[in-house]
Order: sequence, then structure tokens, then C-alpha cells
Amino acid sequence: MLTIEQLTKRYSTGDLALDSVDLQVTKGQVIALIGPSGAGKSTLIRCVNRLVEPTHGRIWLNNEQITGLRSRSLRRMRCRIGMIFQEYALVERLTVMENVLSGRLGYIGFWRSFFRRFPETDIERAFDLLERVGIEDMVDKRADALSGGQRQRVGIARALIQNPEILLIDEPTASLDPKTSRQIMQLIVDLCRESGLAAIINIHDVQLAMMFVERVIGLRQGRVVYDGSPAQLNAARLTEIYGEADWTGTAREEQDEQRDLPTSAEVIVPLIELPETGVGRQRVVGS
Amino acid sequence: MTLLEVRGSPPPRQWRKQPFIVNPWVRWGLYLGALVYLVLAIGSLEFNWARIIAGMDRGAAFIAGFLKPDFTSRWQDIYEGFLESLTMTVVATVIGVLLSIPVALGAARNLAPLPVYLVCRGIIAVSRAFQEIIIAIVFVAMFGFGPLAGVATLAFSSIGFLAKLLAEDIEDIDRQQVEAIQATGASWLQILNYAIQPQVAARFIGLSLYRLDINFRESAVIGIVGAGGIGATLNTAIARYEYDSAAAVLLCIIAVVLLVEYSSGFLRRRLL
Repeated sequence: MLTIEQLTKRYSTGDLALDSVDLQVTKGQVIALIGPSGAGKSTLIRCVNRLVEPTHGRIWLNNEQITGLRSRSLRRMRCRIGMIFQEYALVERLTVMENVLSGRLGYIGFWRSFFRRFPETDIERAFDLLERVGIEDMVDKRADALSGGQRQRVGIARALIQNPEILLIDEPTASLDPKTSRQIMQLIVDLCRESGLAAIINIHDVQLAMMFVERVIGLRQGRVVYDGSPAQLNAARLTEIYGEADWTGTAREEQDEQRDLPTSAEVIVPLIELPETGVGRQRVVGS
Repeated sequence: MTLLEVRGSPPPRQWRKQPFIVNPWVRWGLYLGALVYLVLAIGSLEFNWARIIAGMDRGAAFIAGFLKPDFTSRWQDIYEGFLESLTMTVVATVIGVLLSIPVALGAARNLAPLPVYLVCRGIIAVSRAFQEIIIAIVFVAMFGFGPLAGVATLAFSSIGFLAKLLAEDIEDIDRQQVEAIQATGASWLQILNYAIQPQVAARFIGLSLYRLDINFRESAVIGIVGAGGIGATLNTAIARYEYDSAAAVLLCIIAVVLLVEYSSGFLRRRLL
């Protein structure tokens, strides 16, 4: 569905952020992109919607080439790609509703958007999404009045109202506390599953990534050094991605070896609101 | 027994803030040089005591005029002068605000390509290089005496002031918010309207109100060089040695400036 071929990015400072990355994302697949700071994770997802201009390589979304698109057709392509940001990137002085509806800007003309005259279907969908992410009573609050978790929910609603075919998610939990992080990850994964959306999630927190995704890509110095399931991500492979460190309690194998001790994964489990328990689902939505 | 009394402990360590100029010779040399220059400069001033004493009388007449300001005999002139000044101020501020926005967008390095940036920064530099009185003299020469020259002057200098401050504000905006709106497929105008305007609007309105009261004060000054308004009335009164009427004009200016300043301050507080 998303195909990345030989993607290379060299910044004008001379830094090589991406070094011929090849990647294929199939429909509905949720991928975690892990790697140390400066490995090129942000650059990679920003190349997909061309917020960063790739130096070499090609990217396709459903057989349509993204690289090389110009102004209007690039904007039309961006409508099909939703993006969620680390620090929410909401427009602080606009209301929650305006922030959500701004996801529709690519679909309507300037004067309609200037006078905030959005089509009724868009407004209806915005209300639905706000309800789905659990902040329906915040519609007319200004974004800067919200808490971190609430802001990220607005950010998610803004990305989803675009009706995207794929989500690019840049460190969704880096500014959130551990509990909210898990709720937000759960929400993202649920929403992707509900609508068969593919997603690439940049994430620092390896454990968190392993709990929620089906496929992990490890990036180091702009190269893909791991591509596989979270279960196979052992200490040796983490060392290959991040460098030498004590991976006890992070990698799966170590956890198995220390059965008598409560592993960190077991400690964390009660904090996650699992989707299959009705109570958990409600808390994810409501808090 | 405190720790300091323990035998054999080292003496307390010393610390002083380093002087701004580290080398003592350079430091004291500069101080001395400045002092010598000051003494010589004062010595070079020529005091013409006879002229100063003669001027005392005129000063006294001026102050005496102030003690009994005459609002009535020139009231019609004062009233018309104020009306003209206020009109000039409002018209010039509106024109200045409208024209400063495109200039500011062009002068923000994060929005404009280099050639546009340089042109707009050039406009700002020219507008800010000259004091209002000098600009007023030029415009009076171009348009003749009267409020048109005044409006042109105030609008012209408002552009430089507002565009510079707005451009700097735009350069300081949070890039992430722009990126997020860009990522939705929004057009350039939509990005301006959704990502940039919300971040700078409140401060820009505040700046415009501030410029409104600067323009009113300036309108009194540029009137003296023939650009209309209350300044012209004041100039006429002084030229005719009618210090009592001049005093009335000055008192009115003080009152109106205070009024404009307080009301714009109030509005700014409400907006921000």
C-alpha cells in the first residue's frame, strides 16, 4: 500500500538522515519505527507527506507516486495522509472544533474555511470523532485550555477527519505520562483496526511499542537494521539498533528467563485498559 | 562545635564577580578617558548669560500664559484642529495597518523567499530611517500644507513600525502548528489563516492600538511643519504670542493623549 524505495535524505548541513531506506507497509498494518534520537525516524515519516523533501528515492501510496508531485496534486495527496505530532501541534488559540475541522482544509476552498462555513457532513463527522476520542464536551474550548492527553485526542481527531489512507504518527506519547501514553496508544491502535488504517508510529519507548504493534522497524543512522515482529526483538537486536546497554526487562527473552521475578511487562499490564474488557474500553474513551 | 572550628580546615575560599573588562589597565584607562572627555566637553560649551537672562522674560510670559489658559477665544480653531488630528490619526492608522500586513508577511524570513524578503525589509528600513518630522516636511513639499500630507506621513511611518514588529512576531511562531496545518493539505492562504493568524493576531491588534496613540501624539508634532491638525493650531497660537491659547491647546493634547492611551491600554488588556 505504502512503498518506499531507496529513500535518501541529506540535509543541507551535510547530515545524512536517511540512507536508501526500503519499506513496504500493507493495508491495515500498524508499524512501530524505533531507533535512537537522530536515527532519522522523524525525517522518514516527514518524507512521506513531503514536509521534508527527500534527496533521492521514490514513495508510492496505492500506486500513486508521492515523490515528484507539485503544489496542487501534492496538497491533494496530503489530504490522504493523516499526521499526529509529538507535541500535539494544535493551533493553540483556535477552539477544539476549529482544530478538528482544520483536518478538512484540503477539501474546501479558502473563503469557506475563512468564514468557518464547513459542510454539514464535516461538522457531523467532527462531532462523531470527538465523541469517539472522548472529548465531546470540549467543542468550544480553546486548545490551550486542554490537558496533554486531551490535546492528543484532538490531534487524533484532526488526523482522522481527513479520511486518510495511512497515519503518520510522530512520538505520540513522548509528552504524556505513562498512563495517558498507554491510553493514547490503545486508542490509536483501536482506531486503526476499526477502519483498517495503516500507521507508522515513531516511538522512543520500546516496551510500549512492543505491546501495541505487529511489526517493528529498527532504524540506526538512517538505515533499517531490524524489520520483524516485536517477539523477536531480543537484547542482541536492541543492541544493534541502539547500541550497548542493559536490556534486561525490555527484550522478550530476558523476561522469559526471569520468571520468578515480576517483569516490567507484568507490572505494566494492569495499567493498560485492554480493549476486550468493557470497563477498559470505557475508561480509554472517557478519561 | 561547628565545622569551621575543626582544626586544620582550609581558610574559606574567596569569590568575586569578574569585572566586565578584565584587564585593569584598559578598565581604568577607559574610565579616565571618559572623565577627561566629559570635562573638556563641558568646557567647550558657550554660555551666553545675557541671552539667557533676556530669555527668562519670555519664558516667564510663556509660563504665565499657562497659568491662565484661554480656551474660549480660539475655541473654534482648537475644536477644528482636534477634529482634523483625530481624523488624520484614524485614517492613517487604518491605512498603515492594512499596508503593513502584506509588508510584514514579505519581511518574515520563514514565509518569504529571499528577494521578497529583501524588498520588504527595505521598505521597513526606509520607513523607519526617518523621524516623522522629516517625512512630514517631504510630504508637505509634495502635497502642500494640510492634513493630506499629515495622513501620508503617519501612514508611512506606521507601516515601518507595524510591519517590523509583526514580521518579527511571525518569525517567532511555533513551526509545529504550521507543519500540522500544512500536513492536512491546506493551501497557502489557509495556512496563513489557520496556523499563522491565530498565533499573531492578538499581539498585532495590541500593536495597532499602540500605534493609534503614537499617531495621535505625532499628529500634534507634524502639524508644526505644516501637516495640518492640532499641531497647526498650536503653531499659529505660538507664532501670534498667544501663549494662553497655546496653553489651552497643550492641555487639550495632554487630556486626549491620556484618554487614548488609557482606552487603548484597556482594550489591549482585554484582548490579550
